[in-house]
Amino acid sequence: MKRAFPIFAVPTALLLGYAFYEAMWVAPMERTMGDVQRIFYYHVPSAWTAFLLFFVNLVASVTYLVRRNPKADAVALVSAEVGVVFCTIVLVTGPIWARPVWGIWWTWDIRLTTTLVLWLIYVSYLVLRRFSDSSQTPKLAAVLAIFGALDVPLVYFSIWFFRTQHPQPVIGGGGSIDPRMLHVLLINWLAFSCFAVMLCWARYRLERLHREVEEAESMESLHESTR
Amino acid sequence: MNPVHYLYAAYIATWVIHGVYIGSLERRYSRLRQQMKDLRK
Amino acid sequence: MSSLRSVTWATIAKDIRLEWRSKDALNSMLFFSLLVVVIFSFSFDPTAEESREIAGGLIWVAFLFAAVVALNQTWARELRNQVLDAYRVSPAPATALFLAKALGNLILVSLLEALMAPLFMIFYNLRALGPAWQLIPVALLGTWALVVNGTFFAAMSLRTRSREIMLPLLLFPISIPAVQSMVEATRIILAGDGNARFWIILLLTYDVVFTTACLALFETVLQAE
Repeated sequence: MKRAFPIFAVPTALLLGYAFYEAMWVAPMERTMGDVQRIFYYHVPSAWTAFLLFFVNLVASVTYLVRRNPKADAVALVSAEVGVVFCTIVLVTGPIWARPVWGIWWTWDIRLTTTLVLWLIYVSYLVLRRFSDSSQTPKLAAVLAIFGALDVPLVYFSIWFFRTQHPQPVIGGGGSIDPRMLHVLLINWLAFSCFAVMLCWARYRLERLHREVEEAESMESLHESTR
Repeated sequence: MNPVHYLYAAYIATWVIHGVYIGSLERRYSRLRQQMKDLRK
Repeated sequence: MSSLRSVTWATIAKDIRLEWRSKDALNSMLFFSLLVVVIFSFSFDPTAEESREIAGGLIWVAFLFAAVVALNQTWARELRNQVLDAYRVSPAPATALFLAKALGNLILVSLLEALMAPLFMIFYNLRALGPAWQLIPVALLGTWALVVNGTFFAAMSLRTRSREIMLPLLLFPISIPAVQSMVEATRIILAGDGNARFWIILLLTYDVVFTTACLALFETVLQAE
């Protein structure tokens, strides 16, 4: 298992490099925005990856509540943490893109705002896991994940209606996309997905080691007390 | 500020964030390995 | 079903009786709410035109802070006297306990709001240009939205470090669509600018979804302590 990681890490790094090259030089220049638009190739794949990871967290959380399988809990923790990393990138690159193009740092754009609320919910999820020192933390965290999932459609609707009452700029535009740009976008998504898998893998190994150390420590204190 | 600088800022920010995360994983990993070694003694 | 109702009612009655006997907690919460209104009034001193636009936001943020103070003490008495262990082994349904606590909090927070709202009206010279009666369902549904999740997260926070900060930390992100609905509905009613129907229905939906979730999952949380 230890050998396998570098074997997959190297092609992932190469893929990321290739995707970067495509985004910077191969993709055609956007007519109205110019080169700044290339942020799109990092912003959008990060968003898709974050949402996918949060979905994995939801499935793992429900699985844990139903089956009480500790591996499911580990998967939930890992996907939440890596998901927050990618979500942070979406929230940082979004305003950096918006500022030169639309002249504003922030707008209540429906996708950006939903991303912000998801980020808040999952950061609170990670804080709960860190601050809760009972053996029942996995259960509580799983419950919170379900509440978060129930919240997201409500967030989406409330912002959607808010925008019909208070028109605001749309970041990232809708509409059709040039097929050459779509090609570059998909390559970057593939590269970042592989990268996300590697990050989750590394984090999962870390979590397994962490649990082993915890178990060893409690064994140790058990032996101490019975001496 | 030249718009292209925003492009660089976004790409650099992305990799800084990933780098910080990977760094924290490394740090936690070495700390745990040390703890395991101490326990085995 | 009658056992659910009788246990719920018995618990609420007990809580109200205990709270009434030593009004310390209640009095300090009332005074805190008053302070919040005064501080906000000093900080934001708009004209009559402006105040109708922003009052909705100000009032509900003030209510939110008052509610957090009230919610933080939800389980304090139970925790002090190890009552939760007794509940866990009793045949009483966990949902009854949760409903009792949530309804008790609803009464408490509504009391605080009943004190704060007239003060806001006075300090900001507020007058509703739209149908003022609609403010009642907005207040009721909005308060329940905060209280039902707040009571639930207060229970989840019991075994965490920094319990008092954990509650708002968990509550605020999840409450965002509810708070937005309350604020927008209040703004529309005060300014007489359009129809608040969509926001009231969204609040109702939020309440139904999360009341169901809380009732379904409270047993899990109770057993988890």
